[in-house]
Amino acid sequence: MSEPVPITMRVNGRERSAAVEPRLLLVHFLRETLNLTGTHVGCDTSQCGACTVLLDGRSAKSCTVLAVQADDAEVRTIEGLARNGELHPLQEGFWEEHGLQCGYCTPGMILSSLNLLQENPSPSAAEIREGISGNLCRCTGYQHIVNAIRHAAERMAQA
Amino acid sequence: MTSAAAPLLPKLIGERVKRREDPRLIQGLATYVDDIKLPGMFHLAFKRSDIAHGLISAIDTSAAAAMAGVELVLTGAELAEHLGPMPIGTPFPAPDHYSIATDRVRYVGEPVAVVVAADRYLARDAADAIDVEYEELPAVVDPEAAMADGSTTLHEGFARNIAVESYFGGTGTDAETATVVDDSALDAAFAEAEVVISQRMLNQRLAPNAMEPRGVVAHYEAGREYLTIWSATQNPHILRSMAAGMLGLGEHQVRAIAPEVGGGFGCKINIYGEEYAAAALSKLVGAPVKWIEDRTEAFLATTHGRDILGDIEIAANRDGAILALRARLIADIGAYEVLLTALIPTLTGMMMNGVYRIPVIRHELTEVFTNKTPTDAYRGAGRPEGLYFVERAVDMLARELDMDPVEIRRRNFIPAEEFPFPTQGGLVYDSGDYAAALDKALTVADWEGLKAERDAARTEGRLVGVGLSFYVEVCGLGPSSVVPTGGWEHSGVTVERGGKVTATTGASPHGQGNETTFAQMLADHFSIPIGDITILHGDTGVVKQGIGTFGSRSQAVGGAALMAAAGKASGKMKQFAAALMAEQEVSAADLVFESGRIQVADAPEVSRTFAEVADYAYVPVPLPPGLEPGLSEEAFFEPENNTYPFGCHISMVEIDRETGEPRLLKLIAVDDCGNVINPLIVEGQVHGGLAQGIGQAMFEEVVYDEDGQPLTSSFMDYVMPRAADLPSFTLDRTVTPTPVNPLGAKGVGEAGTIGATPCVMNAAVDALAPFGVRHIDMPIRPERLWRLIQEHERENGGQS
Repeated sequence: MSEPVPITMRVNGRERSAAVEPRLLLVHFLRETLNLTGTHVGCDTSQCGACTVLLDGRSAKSCTVLAVQADDAEVRTIEGLARNGELHPLQEGFWEEHGLQCGYCTPGMILSSLNLLQENPSPSAAEIREGISGNLCRCTGYQHIVNAIRHAAERMAQA
Repeated sequence: MTSAAAPLLPKLIGERVKRREDPRLIQGLATYVDDIKLPGMFHLAFKRSDIAHGLISAIDTSAAAAMAGVELVLTGAELAEHLGPMPIGTPFPAPDHYSIATDRVRYVGEPVAVVVAADRYLARDAADAIDVEYEELPAVVDPEAAMADGSTTLHEGFARNIAVESYFGGTGTDAETATVVDDSALDAAFAEAEVVISQRMLNQRLAPNAMEPRGVVAHYEAGREYLTIWSATQNPHILRSMAAGMLGLGEHQVRAIAPEVGGGFGCKINIYGEEYAAAALSKLVGAPVKWIEDRTEAFLATTHGRDILGDIEIAANRDGAILALRARLIADIGAYEVLLTALIPTLTGMMMNGVYRIPVIRHELTEVFTNKTPTDAYRGAGRPEGLYFVERAVDMLARELDMDPVEIRRRNFIPAEEFPFPTQGGLVYDSGDYAAALDKALTVADWEGLKAERDAARTEGRLVGVGLSFYVEVCGLGPSSVVPTGGWEHSGVTVERGGKVTATTGASPHGQGNETTFAQMLADHFSIPIGDITILHGDTGVVKQGIGTFGSRSQAVGGAALMAAAGKASGKMKQFAAALMAEQEVSAADLVFESGRIQVADAPEVSRTFAEVADYAYVPVPLPPGLEPGLSEEAFFEPENNTYPFGCHISMVEIDRETGEPRLLKLIAVDDCGNVINPLIVEGQVHGGLAQGIGQAMFEEVVYDEDGQPLTSSFMDYVMPRAADLPSFTLDRTVTPTPVNPLGAKGVGEAGTIGATPCVMNAAVDALAPFGVRHIDMPIRPERLWRLIQEHERENGGQS
């Protein structure tokens, strides 16, 4: 075991510092050290996307990022999406359109969708399907997720 | 007292009510098992076998035990001093199976030792430091070779690796000896048949892959001799019973909690060795312990599904009338029998009638041990296998007779007027109108238009096929006579002070939305806002009794129990209300619930508020004669039969001529699950089922090499459908209520999985039919299809 390394990052707008083992994964830093358990681990090999967060504004699979690699970074997790008790349009879309069942993939799916809509604010259904293909969902068959993202895109375009 | 003109509450049953579960799930505020942290909690890691079959000759745990932060290391033999062999849930004979292997390993991934350490990284380091020596034995991988004389056997007392051998149907089956005593009618049917279809098909091994892997937290409190166990399980009450038995405790000393559970699909029904080990280890170290499975462990050590090889024969006349069906099934059940392992393939044989009136059916089933991960339920559990065999064979018959796949089905359907219909497999189909669902599907899909589209594509040289399947399945499991755990469900309904309602259900959900559908039902029953209702589940400390969620039983059995308890509570509440309105000479029988009030049906101005009556029940001065205080009732519901939903799926598949890559262009599903509480949730269930059914047809397959090494143990090797792999589905429904429960609801969890697989395969075969292809085994990987295309092009000089 190596000596702990001090790191600092802004998580959901709040500065967080800790001394961590160099091998500590970002997802475990978020879940265990910061107790932000909304980010889930689904596969350990970056195939399923359950652990997706925004790292400096872009989606990243936090199960294959070391916490020390996120030193000085800006991290956004599912807990940081709602503002002042108001749901983010994507959260609202997933709720309205029944875009989730067991909910385990949902935080990662929402963060990936956010990345997609930042890059392409009005994606077609095919572009949405392509855009979330790094995230696995075993419950929904994706159709209601596609509807949820369209719902959010429309809402965000109005805003 | 006169009522103010309160707005009438809309009825919610049948409405697309948004889920009440979602706010916590979409904000990262839910608590799954890995989110549970207890003071002083240790973490477990299991050392697992990396060979398929061998004797454990030595285990050296000294290096692991010496590591800083390691509390305890135990081998299987050491743990066995505290934990006996695991129980199963079926009446079949089963070999001993320990939570951790004691002297011999029988599949890659079987645990051989366990580490208890201060954190999960340390636990894993220590597990890696354990040194195991094996004396390797030949791996038994092919189930047919496993059954041959002289094969290596996995278990003493199970000659030729045969776990279960059974015969059903035919004209005479001796129930005592489970052997066929008279096959004359079957033999005669095949002898007289004008056409015989015969095909070997493999319904391949799949990994259920709930997105949340398994996990457990166990906390044994020595001071009060009490175990609390949190687990990602579909059935906490079964976990409680079995954990109690394994630890030598009574059920009164165990509380099992299924917190938020991230999907199950059947693989979280079984109670696993890791759960028992965690409970025993918590007791041994005197502290809470946690174990969270990683995905590779999930591929190796969580039960697989399917893996049934079928030799299917159909005897028919040239007019399409099916005379008899014969099936020889070999189920590769892996290395051990776990909770329901041996039961699942028996459901396959029972479903051999499909939706058809087949005069004679016989099936033989052999369940075989191999050096692979044990199998158990996977979404549909036995029914998808059976319906796949039947629906592929019937489609082959249609092709042989040059009949439209619609016609062959219509000709052999069980007619609507013949329900309840006793099948050759010993089931009684409750209700059905197959022709109506077929007609609707043909219209919604525009079957004739699809065929024209296919034909037009073919003239352009494209490989396009259309396919159809018609399924029936078993839901609402079921009477206690057929479910080894008990087939009832339990519910409690309490009208609280202030007029809010708390209900409990033993149907422990993991994505099904019971908190919403059950609240819809209670909102209508009491005519109160849905926000005034809380549904509690998944905790044996709160939910007095229960069985769990599997086999689409939440609504058909759990919902019926809920309404039975609600009926008791509302009946008593009316008596309190009548007592409150004694001056107006009101009788309880005249009262109805309406929009937050309890009022006289014919004189709505005579009423009390719901809250007022609730408050009175808890401070009953005066106490009405014959009534106990309070409004808290409970009920068990035992169904008289299973339910039998059905439906018709239609698809269009295109195969790339150059690369063999298949593409699902369209899928239309018309399902009949009886009465529907929430169409939004039903659609979600169907969509998810379709994706899994399509996954089996097109992508998914657990593969072992000849040494029993799994080649598919991560999402990099095991292909699950992603969003871009699937089209947008078209859904519709017919409604044939079941008489089996008061709700008329049948269940919908498995529908998509069962119908989609043969539907897509029939379309894929149709796409290659111009090449003379009659059958393709799943999954239709591009490489497999490319070879078929190449063979044909070679034989025909590129012409088709």
